[in-house]
Amino acid sequence: MSATILVPAADPEPASGSPLGIPGPLLHGLLLLVALAAFAWIVRRRLLVLRRGAPDPRLDRLGERLRRLLVIGFGQSRQLRYPVAGIVHVLIFCGFLVLLFRSLTLLGQGFWGGFAIPGFAGPVYAAVKDWTGLVMLGCCAVAAYRRLYVKPARYHDRLALRSHGGEAHVILGLIALLMVADAVFEATTLAAHGGRSWALPLASLAAFALEAVPDSARPGLGVFAFWLHNVALCCFGCYLPVSKHFHVITSLPNVFLGKLDPAGRVKPPRHGLPPGAQPGEIGVRRLADFTWKHLLDFFSCTDCGRCSDVCPAYATGAPLSPRQISVKCRDEAYAAHPVFGRPPAGARPELVGGLIEDRELWACTTCRACEDVCPVTIEYVDKIVDMRRFLVDDGRVPAGMQKALGHLEKKGNPYGKPGKKRGEWVAADGGDCGVRVLAAGASAPLCFFTDSATAFDPRIQRIGRAFGRLLRAAGADCGTLGADEVDSGHEARRVGEEGLFESLREQNLQALAAREVGRVVTTDPHALNALRHDYRLGEPVLHHSELLAELIAAGRLRPFALADGRTYTFHDPCYLGRHNGVYEAPRAVLAAIPGLRTVEMAAARNKSFCCGGGSLYLFREGEGERRMGELRIEQAELAGAQVVVTACPFCLINFEDAIKTTGRTGRIEVVDLAELLERALVTAAPPAATTGA
Amino acid sequence: MDIIVCIKRVPDLAEAGLEIAADGRGLRTEDLDFDINEWDDYAVEAAVRLKEQHGGVVTAITVGDEDAEEVLRRALAMGADQAILLDDAAFAGADPFAIATALHACIRSLPFDVVLCGAVTSDGASGQVGGMLAALLDVPQVALATGLEVDGGRARVRHEVEGGLEREVEVALPCLITAQSGLNQPRYVSIRGIRKVADVAIAARSAGDLGLAATAVGEAGSRVRLEGLLLPPAGKRAEILEGSLDAAVATLVERLRERGGL
Ligand SMILES: Cc1cc2nc3c(=O)[nH]c(=O)nc-3n(C[C@H](O)[C@H](O)[C@H](O)COP(=O)(O)OP(=O)(O)OC[C@H]3O[C@@H](n4cnc5c(N)ncnc54)[C@H](O)[C@@H]3O)c2cc1C
Ligand code: SF4
Ligand code: SF4
Repeated sequence: MSATILVPAADPEPASGSPLGIPGPLLHGLLLLVALAAFAWIVRRRLLVLRRGAPDPRLDRLGERLRRLLVIGFGQSRQLRYPVAGIVHVLIFCGFLVLLFRSLTLLGQGFWGGFAIPGFAGPVYAAVKDWTGLVMLGCCAVAAYRRLYVKPARYHDRLALRSHGGEAHVILGLIALLMVADAVFEATTLAAHGGRSWALPLASLAAFALEAVPDSARPGLGVFAFWLHNVALCCFGCYLPVSKHFHVITSLPNVFLGKLDPAGRVKPPRHGLPPGAQPGEIGVRRLADFTWKHLLDFFSCTDCGRCSDVCPAYATGAPLSPRQISVKCRDEAYAAHPVFGRPPAGARPELVGGLIEDRELWACTTCRACEDVCPVTIEYVDKIVDMRRFLVDDGRVPAGMQKALGHLEKKGNPYGKPGKKRGEWVAADGGDCGVRVLAAGASAPLCFFTDSATAFDPRIQRIGRAFGRLLRAAGADCGTLGADEVDSGHEARRVGEEGLFESLREQNLQALAAREVGRVVTTDPHALNALRHDYRLGEPVLHHSELLAELIAAGRLRPFALADGRTYTFHDPCYLGRHNGVYEAPRAVLAAIPGLRTVEMAAARNKSFCCGGGSLYLFREGEGERRMGELRIEQAELAGAQVVVTACPFCLINFEDAIKTTGRTGRIEVVDLAELLERALVTAAPPAATTGA
Repeated sequence: MDIIVCIKRVPDLAEAGLEIAADGRGLRTEDLDFDINEWDDYAVEAAVRLKEQHGGVVTAITVGDEDAEEVLRRALAMGADQAILLDDAAFAGADPFAIATALHACIRSLPFDVVLCGAVTSDGASGQVGGMLAALLDVPQVALATGLEVDGGRARVRHEVEGGLEREVEVALPCLITAQSGLNQPRYVSIRGIRKVADVAIAARSAGDLGLAATAVGEAGSRVRLEGLLLPPAGKRAEILEGSLDAAVATLVERLRERGGL
C-alpha cells in the first residue's frame, strides 16, 4: 500500500504513513468525520420519527428500570429459551462489549501510533480480545450455517411481505471481516510482541497464514488490514441504523424504557389526557398515533421471530404473526421517513386496515406469549388493543363480536341473558352452595365476583357452586353481587371498546361500594385481571387458586388422597400466569392432594399455550386452520396426562370442546381446580364417571 | 342525494320471559331491553353507505315516545345527519297503516331520493309499513332488498321474491326500498360514538305539527282493531333425537315423512 514503510521488521505504523498521498492521521480524521456525520444524520432522522409519536411516560421508577437493564439487557436473560441461537447471541453480545475497547484503540491508532486505552493495553486484554475474536468468528460461522442450511422455521415467516434475512448476512459478513482484518493487523505486529502463542490464537493463526506472504509485503499488508478494519467499522456503525440491526443500538435503551406497569394493565387510550376528556379520534390508525416508545419498539425488533414462534394464533394458521406487525411498521416508518432526500410524494398506504389488516388484529387473544419471550421486551398487547380501539371507533367489528358487545351494553353479559337472572346460578341445581346473594347494604368478609361465564354458562356455574361449597366447608362466609354485578368488561376493553369497559366498570364499582365487603375473590382470571389492574383494586382481589391454597395452608381444607391411577397436568391460564404471575398457588393446591400424580407440560408456566379464549374469541369463528384448544390438549397428551386441570372458565370451555371435536371423550378430561379439590374432599375413591359434559 | 330512513325501537324477545301487560293489549316492558329493529339497522347502514358514495343528507325518523330517541341517536352515530321523532299520545295504538300515515305526513314535506325501511320488525312482524308508505308517497317500492346500487337517477336492487329466489330490478328515483338481512353488515356503534352525538338536537313533531287530525293516527286511525294479546300455550311436542348422527338423521327423515313434510 504505502511506499513509506520500508523496514520489514518494525511494527506497521498506520499513523505515520501517507496512503493515497494524504498523511495518515488526516485521512483517518476525514474517514471518521464522514462516518460520524453520516451516523449522526441517520440516527437523527430516525429519532425524528419518534418525536412524532404520542406521549408515553417512561422515565419513572429508575431503580426498577436499571434492574431490568442489567438483567434482561446486559444479562441477556431471555436469550436462553432458544439454546443454540441464544448462546450464539449471548457470545456475540459479550464479544461486542469486549471488542468495543479494541475498536476504540484502533481508531486512536489512526491518529497516534501506539495509542492505547489505559487498562486495555496489556497482555491480558490482548489475550481476551484475541480469544473473543476467534469465538466471534465461530459464532458468525454457526449463525450463517443456521441461516443457510438449518433454516429454523421461525426465520421464515409465512406472513412476511419481504425477507430481511439478507441484512443478517451483511452484518455477519461485516463482523467476520472486522475479526479477520484485526487478526491480520495483529499478526504483522506479532514479531515485536514475542511471536505466536496460545494466548493469541487468532493472531497466531493469521501469522501462520501470512508466512505465505513475502516478508517485505507484510507491513504493507498490516497497514492495509488496519485501514480495512477501520473502514469496515465505520460501515458497520452506519449500516446498523438503516437495517434491522438498529437493535444493536436501540435494544438496551428499549429494555430500560420497557413497560413497568403490571403486565395485565392495558395502557389508557392516550397518556396524559385529563379524565373525562373526549378526544376526536382514539386508538391507532397511522404510524404517528403509536406512542414514541412503541415506535422505538419497531426500531428495536431484531426480527428473530421468537414472538411468532410462540404465538398461538400463528401456530393455528390464523392470519397473525406478531413479528410482522413490528417489521411492517418499521418498513413503513423507514419508507415514509427516508434517511436521505424528501419523503416520497403522494399519500402513504393505510396502516391499520391496509398494511395491517383488520383480521390480523382480531386474531390475537392477548395471551402475551409474544411479549414474554421477546428478548428486547417489545410490547404487543397494548399496540394491538390500541389499533383495535381505532377499528371499534370506525365501526369495523366482526359480526359475532358486535352481537356480544351489544349484549354487554344492554344486558351486562355477552350471552344476551336477562341481567336480573345474574345471581340465579347459586342455586340453579336446586341446591344451596353456600354463597349468599348480597342485597345492597349487606356485608360479607368475602365477595365472589363471578363474571359472566360463571353467572350464565350452565357448565361454568357448576365450578362456581363447587367453589362455594369448598368455602362453606372451610367455614368461610362468602357473598356475591347478584343482579347488580355486570360483566367485568375485561374482554370489552381488550377488543378496543373502551367506552363500554368504562361503563361496566362504573356499574361494578358502584355495586361493590353499595355493600360492605372485605376481600374479593373470583374463579375467572379475566375478572381477576380486570379488577386488580384495570379497576386498580389491587391485592384485595384474589383468584380462587390463591384463596384455596391459603385455606389449605391454614388447615381449613384437608384434602383426602386422590390416587385414581390417572396423571394430572395443570394448564396455566394466560391471565393467571403471564399477566398476573400466579404460578405457585394452583400447584400448591395440587400438591396438597395426597397421592395425586402430576406432570408438567413442556409449555408450562410462562410458556403456557393459550386455550383460545381471549378477546371474545368464543363469540366468533376464528380464522385459524386449527383451534388453539385442540393443540393444547395434544400437548397435554404428549406430556402423558389424562386430566387437564385448569382454573379459568374459558380454558375449560375450549378444552371440553376440543376433546369433543377431536373424539377424545373418555380418554382425557378437563376439570377446574375447585372441582378437583372438591372431589378430593368428598371422596377418597376415583369418581364414578368423568363429569366432563 | 337525500335519503330518509324509518326506524323502530323494539324489545329484545330472544331470551326474555314474555308477559302480557295488565290491560291485555301489550307486553310488560319493565324487564325488557330495547334496541333498534335488526332490519332497520341494515336500512341505516345502507343509507349511510349511499351518502358516503354519493354525498347528501341522511334523515332518520321514528314514531315513538322519548325512549325511542335512543335508536335515533344510534342512527346519528352510524352517520345519519339529522333525526326526527314523531311523538304524540295520539300515535298510540297504531297499526301499520296508522304508522305509515304518520311517516307519510312527515316525509311528504321533505326532499328525498330514497326512503329506506326495514323489511319487517322483530316485534310486530307485519312487514306492511314499507309498502303502505310507498303507496302513500306514490313512489315505486322494492321489498326485501339484498343488494343496492344507485347510479344517476336510478337504483339497481337485488331482492328476494317468492320461492326462495332473488332477482335484480331497476327503479327510477325517488323510490322506497325495504332492507332484508344480507343487504350489508352494519357497522359497530361504540359507546363513544353514541356519546359523540349526545348533544345533537333531535326534532320532535306532534300530529298537529304534521297537519294530522288525532283521529287519523294511532288507534283511531288504524284499520286493524286489536282485541287482546295472548301468549301461545307451551307445546308438549318438543323432542330431542338421541343417538348417533346417522341414527338421528334417519329418525328425523322418518318423522318428516310420517307427517307429510317430505
Ligand atoms: C294494538 C297496538 C298497539 C300499539 N301501541 C303502540 C304504542 O303505544 N307505541 C308504539 O310505538 N307502537 C305501538 N304499536 C306498534 C306499532 O303499531 C308498530 O310500530 C306498527 O304496527 C308497525 O308494525 P310492525 O312493527 O309490524 O312494522 P313492520 O311493518 O313490520 O315494519 C316494517 C318497517 O316499517 C318501519 N317502521 C315500523 N314501525 C315504525 C315506527 N314506529 N317508526 C318508524 N318506522 C317504523 C321500519 O322501517 C320497519 O322496519 C302498537 C301496535 C298495535 C297492534
Ligand atoms: S418482537 Fe421481539 S421476539 Fe418478535 S421478532 Fe422482534 S425481537 Fe424477536
Ligand atoms: S398476545 Fe398472544 S395471540 Fe396476540 S400476538 Fe401475542 S402471542 Fe399472538
